[in-house]
Amino acid sequence: MTTADATVARPAATTLPRKKVRWGEQVVHLVLFVAAAISVLTTVGIVVSLVLPALDFFREVSPVDFFTGTTWAPLFLDAQFGVVPLVVGTFVISFWSALVAFPLGIGVAIYLSEYAAPRATAFLKPILEILAAIPTVVLGYFALTFVTPFLRDQLNVQVEIFNALSASLVLGIMLIPTVATLSEDAMAAVPRDLRDGGYALGADKLQVSTRIVVPAAVSGIIAAFVLAFSRAVGETMIVLIAAGQLAQITFDPRETIETITAFIGATGNGDVPTGSTEYKTIFAVGLTLFVMTLVMNLISIRLVRKYREVYE
Amino acid sequence: MTVIEPHVERDHVPAPDDATTRQGRAWKNRLFKLAMLFCMFVAFGTLAVLLVDTLVTGWPALSSQLLTGLPSTVAGEAGARPAILATLYLGALVLLFSVPIGVLTAIYLEEYANRERWWNRAIEVNIQNLAAVPAIVYGILGLAFIVRGIGVGRVVLAGGLILTLVVLPTVVVASREAIRSVPDSIRQGAFALGATKWQVVWRQVLPAAIPGMATGAILALSRAVGETAPLIMVGAITYVAFNPTLMGPYTALPVQIYNWTKQPDADFQVLAAAGAVVLLVIVLSMNAVAIVLRNRYRRQW
Repeated sequence: MTTADATVARPAATTLPRKKVRWGEQVVHLVLFVAAAISVLTTVGIVVSLVLPALDFFREVSPVDFFTGTTWAPLFLDAQFGVVPLVVGTFVISFWSALVAFPLGIGVAIYLSEYAAPRATAFLKPILEILAAIPTVVLGYFALTFVTPFLRDQLNVQVEIFNALSASLVLGIMLIPTVATLSEDAMAAVPRDLRDGGYALGADKLQVSTRIVVPAAVSGIIAAFVLAFSRAVGETMIVLIAAGQLAQITFDPRETIETITAFIGATGNGDVPTGSTEYKTIFAVGLTLFVMTLVMNLISIRLVRKYREVYE
Repeated sequence: MTVIEPHVERDHVPAPDDATTRQGRAWKNRLFKLAMLFCMFVAFGTLAVLLVDTLVTGWPALSSQLLTGLPSTVAGEAGARPAILATLYLGALVLLFSVPIGVLTAIYLEEYANRERWWNRAIEVNIQNLAAVPAIVYGILGLAFIVRGIGVGRVVLAGGLILTLVVLPTVVVASREAIRSVPDSIRQGAFALGATKWQVVWRQVLPAAIPGMATGAILALSRAVGETAPLIMVGAITYVAFNPTLMGPYTALPVQIYNWTKQPDADFQVLAAAGAVVLLVIVLSMNAVAIVLRNRYRRQW
């Protein structure tokens, strides 16, 4: 029945008089598509530029040794290519910075979304944006020259000069805007009706915030967490400057460590000859980093889409 | 009539006349609000401490020599003119490349792309992912393709191209939002008057979306100017004692700051702080312009 209706209706719509094909419009469409395709080419370029040298690298170093080896000393005479210390270092940094950024970011988001007056929000949000805009090299400098001495002298924490703790703290603060703005978006998408329903049942603001708004926005909040974690994994300058370059497996944040990004940043500055195993190491390690962040980004993108589907 | 089912649990709903419970709730609410204010305080307090500490540390080295002098191995004589100039060049290149490509991509995705087609959805997801790819990975791309692959070398142009790719997703996302906020009635009105699709986009949608796009472009530019990691990879070198050219070697201001940070000499730490102040002034004033622009031209349709 309905299909028959559709076939009757269609010809009427398509036979509207169309005098000529507008070539200009076609050209415009093509130009726009080419511009959009540049982003796809970028991804292809990234993948190719990582995978080809990495394959070359794995011809010289067995992937099993690479992914399970616990000694990272690629520039030594007796070179060892075990990536585990770098991965552990990356996760130590990300873990501690997440511990700072997640609760604080959520607190800021709930405050902005549920408590702050519109005028206060208009004033506070730009400040958050400024925090997000501080160049990471400045944050790294701050971690090294202010936070580390502060930890040692004022708080009496026995940290190394280069240590994971101060890098994580500063990185965590840097991630607060990411967590806060994305979570706040998700909370703003929760319909007013749900809140009003809660108030009508006698709930107070705390209960509405924590038992209605946050659960309703949970997929967006998790997306914010995942994205922030991915940022932490990929952040380079803060860890390069403040956490040091000593690849060791330790879970003690007071020690010097090396992350994947710090290794790439320290090694890729141009002194390494093209084609050497050290040069290819950059790409093998970079590929590891890219895959790690890619997985997290895709999870985050999917979660954001989920809450948008539910409420918008 | 009012038969209360015995299995309905009601004990979590406080009786309205229970004064102690009500007081407890009030206290819990106050504590919660305090906890949230603490979160704001930590974020903003750190920002304030950072700005003040950088300014105080860098103050002795903030002089005209920092802006106009050449780098030197002696901290007292060092300046950052080549680095500052190169950063300005890089910023100009980023604007030149990223704005047209970003805006055209946004127009395509918002006005032309058919979401039913898989390739258009792929472009969309791809841009969302690119926005979160670590900047240093772009540096690897630049190292492999632009510096060594094409053989352009470690030049300003290579740095500008890589920074363009880093901030392109930001430009696209901001431009898309600006285009989306133009109400459909304007498009329909133009179509009804016989305009072609491109005429609608070019003469109606784009002019209305310009403030939003400009805001996004400035924010992207400020991010590019502060970006360090990819530039280290594409070879912004330490010591450049001459003004940069488009196809010549260079060092950018953030890279210069990083290199000063690495020096053991305490005087260089002061120099790094002074460089950071200059960088912060550039970046934060761009952000301020973007915010003002956004607030002034925010239109209610």
